[in-house]
Amino acid sequence: MEYLIGIQGPDFVLVAADNVAASSIIQMKQDQDKMFKLSDKILLLCVGEAGDTVQFAEYIQKNIQLYKMRNGYELSPTAAANFTRKNLADYLRSRTPYHVNLLLAGFDETDGPGLYFMDYLSALAKAPFAAHGYGAYLTLSILDRYYRPDLTRDEAVELLKKCIEELNKRLIINLPSFSVRLIDKDGIHDLEKLVPVGAK
Amino acid sequence: CRERRELPCRSSSFETPIKYGRFYCNFIILSQPCPIQFVLSFPPGFPPSCSPSVPLPFTMSHGTTTLAFIFQGGVIAAADTRSSCNGLVACPASQKILPVHSHLVGTTSGTSADCALWKRILARELRLYQLRHGRRLSTAGAAKLLAHMLHPFKGTELCVAATLCGWDGGERPSLYYVCSDGTRLQGELFSVGSGSPYAYSVLDGGVRWGLTVEEATSLARQAVYRATHRDAYSGNCVDVYHITSKGWARRDREDQLQPRFQKSWEAV
Repeated sequence: MEYLIGIQGPDFVLVAADNVAASSIIQMKQDQDKMFKLSDKILLLCVGEAGDTVQFAEYIQKNIQLYKMRNGYELSPTAAANFTRKNLADYLRSRTPYHVNLLLAGFDETDGPGLYFMDYLSALAKAPFAAHGYGAYLTLSILDRYYRPDLTRDEAVELLKKCIEELNKRLIINLPSFSVRLIDKDGIHDLEKLVPVGAK
Repeated sequence: CRERRELPCRSSSFETPIKYGRFYCNFIILSQPCPIQFVLSFPPGFPPSCSPSVPLPFTMSHGTTTLAFIFQGGVIAAADTRSSCNGLVACPASQKILPVHSHLVGTTSGTSADCALWKRILARELRLYQLRHGRRLSTAGAAKLLAHMLHPFKGTELCVAATLCGWDGGERPSLYYVCSDGTRLQGELFSVGSGSPYAYSVLDGGVRWGLTVEEATSLARQAVYRATHRDAYSGNCVDVYHITSKGWARRDREDQLQPRFQKSWEAV
């Protein structure tokens, strides 16, 4: 039911997530933020089982901040992604696994932008674009078709809008709005919320 | 399907049936010399999933209707008073809205005993916080505390779905939904329980920021009444609480069988 998407450009990463918090057939909240700020230039997008998402994401968030307090410098996106994956893997074969699907997006001074795809089996893959949820089945081929490594920011937002229009048209679940954020060398920027209108 | 395990006769030694932490019930049963007694009781309000003569379209649970919303005059919390137990009305006059402290009230849904216990534990922890730090914990903090206390029990039979309605520090009302599966949501309107879809549809059409107190209480009562009309596991009376900067105030419990509630075409 939930949807996450990330698109990496030459010097930025664009991420978006839907805003619905649902319980059974009821939308309990239509303005839920599923992005967790790990540091000034790293965002963690988290969907999955009801309580596990927030608990796990906040656990990672606090640990990343603790590392900064102890060591005086922040973890790079690669290190943060591997730390997150390791935690998922450690819990996977315990009696209390976390059922969460994640996208980690960050900008590193030396390595540039990075988008990391993680799933509940603690797989980790660095990818130029990625999506989670039922909506991923509909939008990955759009991304395959139109993605180029040298997208400008406006082109990336247009590509994102194409994906969301497709969801609006074909996905059986109504996702009324999406939060959008962009990470570049200047940090995390909030972009305008995307609200698909009208039935096609 | 959940089996009822019989308590053997008094000769065997007793271990506490409460096991803290997340574990799965199935492996508990041993045939060794020292069996662990494990008593499973049906939580009141749980729908009859073992004997569905009509299959449920989606998992309905928490046989109750509770709701809460924020408006300009504070927070309104309303609930029905029926405690059901698999088709039996165990108590027609139960209290589903429990005050936690003078400015925080929680609606309860799920297993009655679990809700009552955890509300008391929350009240204790909030009081300790107040004594240690000299100020009341905010509703957000209380919600986070409750969610973190319930998290180790995820995967067990514990079932608590509460909305915490409070007034923070003399400034503003706030409303949080906390569930034993770990959900914690901040919002302006929540309804919980098997009657919640019916209540949502009435509330979504009527809740506005600018409601007066009388309009808000009447809307809350109307929403609970409509839900109790359609939902078998909700019924009997309505409790309404109103939380303002001065604390919570309880309206008199109203019996929904009174004539003015029964004219379904008129707005009350």
